[in-house]
Amino acid sequence: MAIISFRSDEIHCKIVYYGPGRGGKTTNLIAIHKALGHQVRGELLSIDTAGDRTLFFDFLPMDLGTIGKFRIKISLYTVPGQVRYNDTRKLVLKGVDGIVFVADSLAARRHNNIESFQNLKDNLAEQGKSVETLPVVVQYNKRDLDGTKVPVMAMEELERDLNIDHHFPAFPASALRGDGVRETFKKICMLTVVDVSARLLKEKGVNLSG
Amino acid sequence: MADLVLTKQVLDQIDAILTDVIEKSGAHTVLLIDKAGQIISFQGAMDQEKVASLAALTAANYGATTAIARLFGEEEFTLLFHKGKKENIHFSNVGEEYLMITVFNNSTHLGLVRLELRKGLEKIESMFAENLRDWFNA
Repeated sequence: MAIISFRSDEIHCKIVYYGPGRGGKTTNLIAIHKALGHQVRGELLSIDTAGDRTLFFDFLPMDLGTIGKFRIKISLYTVPGQVRYNDTRKLVLKGVDGIVFVADSLAARRHNNIESFQNLKDNLAEQGKSVETLPVVVQYNKRDLDGTKVPVMAMEELERDLNIDHHFPAFPASALRGDGVRETFKKICMLTVVDVSARLLKEKGVNLSG
Repeated sequence: MADLVLTKQVLDQIDAILTDVIEKSGAHTVLLIDKAGQIISFQGAMDQEKVASLAALTAANYGATTAIARLFGEEEFTLLFHKGKKENIHFSNVGEEYLMITVFNNSTHLGLVRLELRKGLEKIESMFAENLRDWFNA
């Protein structure tokens, strides 16, 4: 649920990085935080982690500049990926405007990807939303392991599992190296802002460019 | 949850109510946020970056506490209050979708804060109701 303020001419959107545990959601946020200049980004907030796992969520607010007369402010969140933290995931997903699904390319994690994607659909359904109506971008992470001894799934296989009709824009990435992080982020920001402004125009007759 | 469009007029009214709560209760910071963790209005002296974090954490904290309440068959815990050595923080529900956060130190009392807060809350709740009515009528 976006907030649109006509006094300060600001639009606040919420984007959530979703996906199986240890897939690289937090690493994505860290890479974005590093890549952005000081004037754009806020402080990256990480709640106590159990080892290298996210326990509650990570949070990164930022200011994307202006479109038309509106300043676009985005809050990025990650969810904890581990199956047992589903209650926490539902909390973080509340009021979401756009989703990045970070899939793990490791062959051993195939099942986790599918399970997590299904979990996302279920949790969205509880809010009366769906991946069909929300802006969603899929990221196939850990591509840097392709060609090493670790068995990695081919992009086509991943697409077949998660994005069979190529409905969602998808990007290969290595969050650790920073590859593909920017592309994914740009795409989801664009889709989210377009979606929110289209809704505004339709429901409230407000035109961003006007 | 539908998108929330805030006009200048509504925001000015909210700000005036929050400022009033600060003046009368002795609290130093008051925030109105939605349960997704986005700030609607903020009055007081606090670093902007910290305010964003406070809003995100509070929404999650409130959600977690509500989930705990449900484990015990409660709809929610109505009084949420953290006490520190110097700073205290109080959370309250505003309608279904919003939260009010009040931060105060030892120069005032919880009772006074809650009393003034309740008055402020009633004003905001009636305002949201009026707004909704406007929307339906338009």
